[in-house]
Amino acid sequence: MTSRRAFLRSAGIAAGALLAPRIVGAQDRARVVVVGGGFAGATCARELRRLNPALSVTLVETNPDFIACPFSNEVIAGLRDLSQQRFGYDAVTRDGVALARGTATSIDPAGRTVTLADGTRLPFDRLVLAPGIDINWEALPGYSPEAAERMPHAWKAGAQTALLRRQLEAMDDGGVVVMSAPPNPFRCPPGPYERASLIAYYLKTRKPKSKLILLDAKDAFSKQRLFQNAWAALYPGLIEWVGLSAGGKVTAVEPASLTFVTDFARHGAAVANVIAPQKAARIAAIAGVADRSGWCPVNPATFESTLQPGIHVIGDAAIMGAMPKSAFAANAQAKVCATAVIARLAGHDAPEPRLINTCYSLVAPDYGISVAGVYRPTNGQLADIAGAGGTSPLDADAAFRAQEAVLAAGWFRTITAEVFG
Amino acid sequence: MGHALVNVPASVKRGDAFEIKALIAHPMETGFRPGPNGVLLPRNIIQRFTCTYNGVEVFSLTLSPAIAANPYIAFFTVATESGSLTLRWTGDKDFMAEETVPITVTA
Repeated sequence: MTSRRAFLRSAGIAAGALLAPRIVGAQDRARVVVVGGGFAGATCARELRRLNPALSVTLVETNPDFIACPFSNEVIAGLRDLSQQRFGYDAVTRDGVALARGTATSIDPAGRTVTLADGTRLPFDRLVLAPGIDINWEALPGYSPEAAERMPHAWKAGAQTALLRRQLEAMDDGGVVVMSAPPNPFRCPPGPYERASLIAYYLKTRKPKSKLILLDAKDAFSKQRLFQNAWAALYPGLIEWVGLSAGGKVTAVEPASLTFVTDFARHGAAVANVIAPQKAARIAAIAGVADRSGWCPVNPATFESTLQPGIHVIGDAAIMGAMPKSAFAANAQAKVCATAVIARLAGHDAPEPRLINTCYSLVAPDYGISVAGVYRPTNGQLADIAGAGGTSPLDADAAFRAQEAVLAAGWFRTITAEVFG
Repeated sequence: MGHALVNVPASVKRGDAFEIKALIAHPMETGFRPGPNGVLLPRNIIQRFTCTYNGVEVFSLTLSPAIAANPYIAFFTVATESGSLTLRWTGDKDFMAEETVPITVTA
């Protein structure tokens, strides 16, 4: 039997739904909420407003500023100040994006509402999730938020970046730096190898008796031959890379003694950088858009979740097939997603996209390498268009590598100006 | 000779089960894949793995083309007296790798 109170409550919800239909007449007043103000989310929020200035767009972001990961390896190596990685949201709000400072704690896909930690409820017609990654603590025994204070991951730029920098500075000459790289997929596939390179640069110039061991859960990695050739040329004997088939997979860490444990050996470190396994940030699982892999399957043309209609997922949290988890990729996906959101709100199908990605890595301050790819939806995944991309040549001269380092810096200025400027 | 990694505890208690872990670098080429010129790459796999303790076989494995490159093998056994454990991998193209590790059994 339905009690009178329960009846009134459900009747109230029904009446509320009638008074506030999902789309009020025209799509112009439709509400889009974007969760996460990184390269993906901030780009998407601004692009939505550019494409349709009448659209109501709210960007949910926990932090007052954004701290960018690309080029944070230069901060770790002492080549750059962390303040140069910091970007505010003033320009985003000037575009008419409403900024909701807070953390999304629950999402009701059926009721189309995002709730923030402070209780604020944000109704939406379409939701874009761009939450980025979380460290998957459970995937590495011994690792935890407390352990990360002794063995930083530094895979989210900010305090962790500064901590790893301070540890390297405090280390005695002769100390061994041990890093671990996770299995695929993870944020920034060339990132661990760029970081190893730039730490090696710091050691070579400031702590020449030190060396670096990179324990890897993989036998192959992004731009591998370019990196390994550069290591042999610039840092002979300084970087020891231990791949999966040489026993490089880290199975546990012991924070008290800064030790990495593999199936076959124990590696004690003076400075320990644990680039731990990752997964889509927590809100993705709460929203029901993450699958058992921990990442979010999406339609490769619209980035709408295959698990929750009406919710799009972009950036590092999403499964994007052959496209890597990078800032450039997130920016490209965000623009495609904005177009798809507008089309779906108007009841149209979105056009089939082509996406481009480029990743620069620095092996030394004046030595850059890059990989580029072009992607299109194929058989339900984003697939690489063969022959459209490529990597830096293996046999380039020093001037070419120096030019790529200049291009890398230009790329960072350009993308951050576009997204936050 | 192949390059193998072996992890066995240096000492174990008599009668207690202990784990043996072994990883060997090997391409495990199936024989079913065409090479760049369209011709099938010849099969090159490890065919057999054996583990003997003081000369007595305690574990063996027949490997097939479906097993991935760089096979990782882990298993448990029990020792009742001190001795040496020998792991041996053999396969196509006269592939042979062998590792011997001592084990001390305590009461």
